[in-house]
Parts: sequence; C-alpha cells; structure tokens
Amino acid sequence: MLRRSSYRKDRSVSYVLNAENMISVKNITKNFGEKNVLNGLNLEIPRGETVVIMGRSGSGKSILLKIITGLISADSGEIWFDGTEISKLKTKKINVLRQKIGMLFQSAALFDSMTVAENVAFMLDQHTDYGNQEIRKIVDEKLELVDLEGVQELRPAELSGGMRKRVGLARALAFNPEVILYDEPTTGLDPVTCNEINQLIRDLHERLQVTSVVVTHDMHSAFSVATRMAMIHDGKQIAYGTPDEIINIDDPILQQFVLFGAPDQILNMENPILKEYLGREAELPPAKA
Amino acid sequence: MNQQSATREASGGFWDHPILRSIKIRLHNVLTEIGQAFTLFFQTLFQIFRPPLQFDLLVKQLLLIGFNSLAVVMVSGFFTGMVLGVQGYIQLKPFAVEGSVARFVCVSIVKELGPMITAFVLAGRIGASITAELSTMKVTEQIDALEVMGTNPVKYLVVPRFLACSIMLPTLTIFSTFAGIAGGFTAVVTLFDVNGYFFLAEVQKNLFVGSVLISLIKATSFGMAIAAVGCYKGFSIPTAGGAEGVGTATTGSAVISLITILILDFVLNHILFNILGMV
Repeated sequence: MLRRSSYRKDRSVSYVLNAENMISVKNITKNFGEKNVLNGLNLEIPRGETVVIMGRSGSGKSILLKIITGLISADSGEIWFDGTEISKLKTKKINVLRQKIGMLFQSAALFDSMTVAENVAFMLDQHTDYGNQEIRKIVDEKLELVDLEGVQELRPAELSGGMRKRVGLARALAFNPEVILYDEPTTGLDPVTCNEINQLIRDLHERLQVTSVVVTHDMHSAFSVATRMAMIHDGKQIAYGTPDEIINIDDPILQQFVLFGAPDQILNMENPILKEYLGREAELPPAKA
Repeated sequence: MNQQSATREASGGFWDHPILRSIKIRLHNVLTEIGQAFTLFFQTLFQIFRPPLQFDLLVKQLLLIGFNSLAVVMVSGFFTGMVLGVQGYIQLKPFAVEGSVARFVCVSIVKELGPMITAFVLAGRIGASITAELSTMKVTEQIDALEVMGTNPVKYLVVPRFLACSIMLPTLTIFSTFAGIAGGFTAVVTLFDVNGYFFLAEVQKNLFVGSVLISLIKATSFGMAIAAVGCYKGFSIPTAGGAEGVGTATTGSAVISLITILILDFVLNHILFNILGMV
C-alpha cells in the first residue's frame, strides 16, 4: 500500500522542459550499497553557459557527470540532454548523443598505448570516414586551440600534468562537441598551470560558444570560469546562481566553501554576509563526508 | 531434536551461524562473478558478429599473443616431451615394451600435454598481461573515456583479445606439439638405445586426424577461457581499486585461468572421449 502511494507520487511529478536548458537533471537519486550519494538532485545547465558544480570530496559531483554521460545509471529520476530523456535510452542511441559531448577526465584518461596525435584523432578515426590527411589537419588544429604544438608524436607518459590535461581537452574538442564536461580540471596542477587551464576554459567558452559543465572544489577555478554556479551537499543542490548571487546566499555550508577557497578579490568585497561568516568561522557546521 | 529446531528458529534460521553466513556470502559472490563473467562472454560473442571488425587491432593482438609467445611455448613443449620420453622409457622397460615409448610420447603430447602446456604458458603470460592492461585502463578512467567517446569497450578491447587467443592457442599448440615430439625423440634416441627411424615410424602410425582435431578443439576452448577470464578480471576491478587492485586482479586472473583450464580439460575429455567416442 505504501509502495503504491509512493509510486503514484513519483509518477504525478510533472516537469516543464525548458528549451533553454542543454541539460536538465530531475530528481536524481543514486545509492552505492547503503551509501546514499545523490538524493533527489535537481540541476539546470542552460545552453551556452559555463556552470560550475561545487561540493566537497565525495559529495557526488563526479558521479553526476558519469550519470549525465550514461556511464552509470541513476536509481531514479530523469536526465534530459538537448531535449531527449536519456536515462532509459539504449546504448546505441546514447552513443549518438555522446558524440555531442566532450569530456575532460580528472586524470586526463589519455590512452597510454597511443601517441598524442592518435589520442586526439581517436573519435575521428572511430566514427568518421575522414582520410589520414584530413584527420591530421583536425588534430593539429585542435592541439593549436589548446596551445600545444609539436607534441603530436609524443606518448602521454612523456607529458607534464598540465600538458596531459590540454591533450585531454584537445581530444574532447576533436568532434566539435556542443557540451564540454570538465571533471576536476585543475586537480594536481601547480598554481600557474591551474591559471592557464582556467584561462583555456574561458577562451574555449568564448571562442566556441559551447555549454560547459565544470565539476570542482577549487574555488579559484570556480570563480574564474563560472557564469553560473551550483553547490551540491548531501546529494542535493543547496545553492544555484551567478557568482555574484552565490556570494550573497546566506548558507553556512556554501559560505564555508567561499570563505576558505575563493580568490582574494571576492573575499575582499564589502559583502555583509561574508563579513558576518568571517567572524565566526569556527561555528560553521561540518559538511558530511 | 524439537528443542534444537526451536532454538534454530529462535535464532533466525539455518544461515545465521557466523561460519554458514560467511560461506553464504562467499558463495553469493562467486556465483555473481561467474554470472558477470558469462555476461561478458556472451556480450563478446555478440560483438564479434557485429561489424565492423577492426583488423588492425586483431593483427596487433595476434602478433603480441602468438609471435611473442612462440619461443617460450616451444621450449616448454620440447622439455615436456623430453621428460615424457625419459619417464616413459624407464617405466616401460621393466615390462619389455620400451618400444611403445614413441606411442606414449605422441599420444600424451598430442591429446593432452600439447594443448595443456601451451594453455598454461599463455594463461601466465597473456591472461595475466590482459588483466593488468585492462585493469590499469579501468583505474585510470581510460575505459570510461572510450565509452564517453561512443566506442564500445567490449568491441574495442575484448573482441580482438578474445579472437587472438582463440586463433593463436591452437596455432601455438601445433608448434608445441611438434616441439614435444621432437623433445621426446631427442631424449629417447640420445639417452637410450632406441632407433630414431623406429621412433618416427611409431609416431606416424599413432598420429590420427581425430587426435589432432581433439587437440585443436581443446586448445581453442582454452584460448577462449584465458581471454574471457583475463578480460573479465580486468573489467571487474573498481575504478577506485588503484595499484593494489590491479595486482590482486592480475594474480586472480592467472589462478582462475589455470583452474578453468583444468576443469575445462576434464569436461572436454569426458565429452570428446566418453560421449562422442572420439579416439
């Protein structure tokens, strides 16, 4: 009886799909055994914007990206991608949609048995009939876009961390995606390289007009690239807005993030909410791991 | 008795004993793994027949598995044949039937030890290497990257390895069988007073097409098992498994491959000799 009523409740929820949104996440839940990672998460990714998803380590940010790309399936809820509900699609149709997505993995995930050129050319080689000359031209063009030249014949093991991320990004751009997903793009990089990667994300957004989703807990990076920001905590979205709106939301968990991580130019603003939290850092409730 | 069952019911049932619960959990895990391995096996068979077949990947694996294993397989076969020759001669001589040593070496090598030794060598060499490679790809998110780029990892990674193992195992078995007979010949002719022409004539007399067919059927099955176990263990590691997970998966792959080969050998022997009556 209980089960039936909760089923009815789920079915009765109706959503109005906003065509302005490239990706809509509706009521997503995901459990791993008894661990509840996402708990009714809702999120809108507007077309052409760079949305930064923030949250503590283990808050489910990377899992959300894997659900959006169909790598793992959610226990319940809906994922709308460019007007199509993808959570119940078959692999073949998901693969077609995936061609609109480029993803930069946390570890870059370059194929270490291939050269840089082969890595960048992978999707073109697998899904197009382009000849070698044409593919080589696109590879050079994409590597130039991420400020890398002359590395085509190197192996991933011969590259620095920053270069690997750039090659990963060039590979993500190879198929001219409409959406680029960045999973912790600055993790493990030195501050100078972090800044270069942030600059690159902004440049690509301006030049290619793509929709970008950046998952990070690096607040410097977040404020540097975001046109909108969302904060995930305990598997739910607790804040959403433009960077200016975010620093004005009176939420202790969010402000803990902003205070401890945001760049000085934001912290130095005469913001009454930040000022208030700055005086009582020790009182902030700890976020659940 | 009634009191015992009442106590059992009061404690919540048969499986509530810690040892039995632990057995139940282990059994459940083993059955789940077997189920997942078979799912991957059937997915692989399905993907083999779905075009396009990427010949460049297949050729690369054929060279890696076949050409690079040829020397070690032949050396293993040669020395196994030598041991068989020496043991066979010593055991048969008291019965004055040492002339049958050629038959003993030939039949043992062709029907049993040729495919078995080749499979054992490849399970350690190739099965473990497949698991190490795929599990490293898993923990470094390379398999996720393949999927996000719209490429089926089973088609791209498993199918070439599965086909290459299935083709190269029987091919290498032919070489190891020849090496084994050559080893037996060398040992018996050089160490004992056995005529070389007589040995070769006996081998020719006892080498049947049916025996070779049995050898090749066994080798192909062993090749499929090595690839299936190696790929499954590589894919089954969790992304967060890290270097330790890769090590555990690789060791597990070699051990499970060897056990699978032995079980498969018994099942095939029963089916081929007892049920189908092959000689």
